[in-house]
Amino acid sequence: MKIIQLAIIVVVTLLADRAYADNIALDRSGPANYCNWQAVDYGIAEPLCGLVGDADRGRAIALDGSKGNCLACHELPVPDVEAYGTIGPPLSGVASRLTLPMIRLRVVDTRSFSPMSIMPGFYRDPGLINRPGKPYRGRTFLSAQQVEDVIAYMATLK
Amino acid sequence: MMLGIHRSAMMSCMLLLSMVTVDTMANDVRSGYEFIKPDTREIQDDDFANPGLLAVDEGRELFNSQQGGAGKTCSECHGEEGGDLDTGNIARYPVYDEDSSEIISLQKRINLCRENTGGDTLPSNHPDLIALETFVRHIAVGEPVNVQTDGPVSELLKAGEKLYNTRFGLIDMSCYQCHVLYPGQMIRGQKISQGQGNGFPAYRLDTGEVTNLNQRIQQCLSLLRAEPFDADSYEMELLELYIMSRSNGLRIETPAVRY
Repeated sequence: MKIIQLAIIVVVTLLADRAYADNIALDRSGPANYCNWQAVDYGIAEPLCGLVGDADRGRAIALDGSKGNCLACHELPVPDVEAYGTIGPPLSGVASRLTLPMIRLRVVDTRSFSPMSIMPGFYRDPGLINRPGKPYRGRTFLSAQQVEDVIAYMATLK
Repeated sequence: MMLGIHRSAMMSCMLLLSMVTVDTMANDVRSGYEFIKPDTREIQDDDFANPGLLAVDEGRELFNSQQGGAGKTCSECHGEEGGDLDTGNIARYPVYDEDSSEIISLQKRINLCRENTGGDTLPSNHPDLIALETFVRHIAVGEPVNVQTDGPVSELLKAGEKLYNTRFGLIDMSCYQCHVLYPGQMIRGQKISQGQGNGFPAYRLDTGEVTNLNQRIQQCLSLLRAEPFDADSYEMELLELYIMSRSNGLRIETPAVRY
């Protein structure tokens, strides 16, 4: 019995990996309200859903532990932080190093061009997520508007 | 000719060197103790300050009192204070039982004991079960973790490793990505550890509770915004077995204090 269960788990995880690889190569159509995006030259030129971001809102989202939670892994030019995350690169001056389209793709879905990256995709196609918790099914980490707000904030980090 | 010998000598030297490097990397197993903050270490090392020891006391009382309505105490078979238990054996959990083809965790073993003596069983991760698990594991403090890795277990470990390397949840991260690729880096003001199991059940500062490895894995999955596996699912058994096997050689610290 256990052997069968074991075989099922191995097959399912293998299939999940296959599906993951296949989905990357195929289209990115998610649920009806998910705006498709296209990466060109390691960037997304067009704002998600054509939305305009707000830098102040973006800063608040970036610092909110339940939303962007950027400080968990990155340094940001923000005072009074006990210990910055050191998993990802520091974000001070990021807008001087990367173009806005490049920043957008990194926030949206770094793994689309760097498959082993540990960076979560904040607007990754929900169809690519393995075993999401019940409240998160079919959803992206941040909304398209929140992503554009964060990008507007990043643009100020020169 | 001379050049040829020279080159092959150099090649074998380099090969040997690279083998040594890989070997040290593989053996660099470090307890979570090395990743926690110094003041957290102090709490763990101080028997009066470590809140996990309350669970040990609770477990001791349960151990010495009647369990499961069978009119029998654990200590009747295993000695007062569990003195007749073999610490080397405790360090082997989770074990694989060839007769039933099952992975037996320590809490499952305790439940089997209750059942075999005519008592009832407790649901997985019941507070009494965790207290008993903490008490029994604590008896083996200092004993190196010694989970079987050969024979039929090797296939189970491969399946466990596969799960360990699988990304889960909205954060879309695997255990491997954090605990193998990034130990020592800071996340949310804490150092990422290797995710070793030798300190569990452990007192968690974050939740203020004594938590066994099973619960800790589920808490990690919830943090990833993934659907956790059920406590007594086969996936959890495989993950626990694999994670504890990664800790082979590390000394048991139960109850450790962890973030």
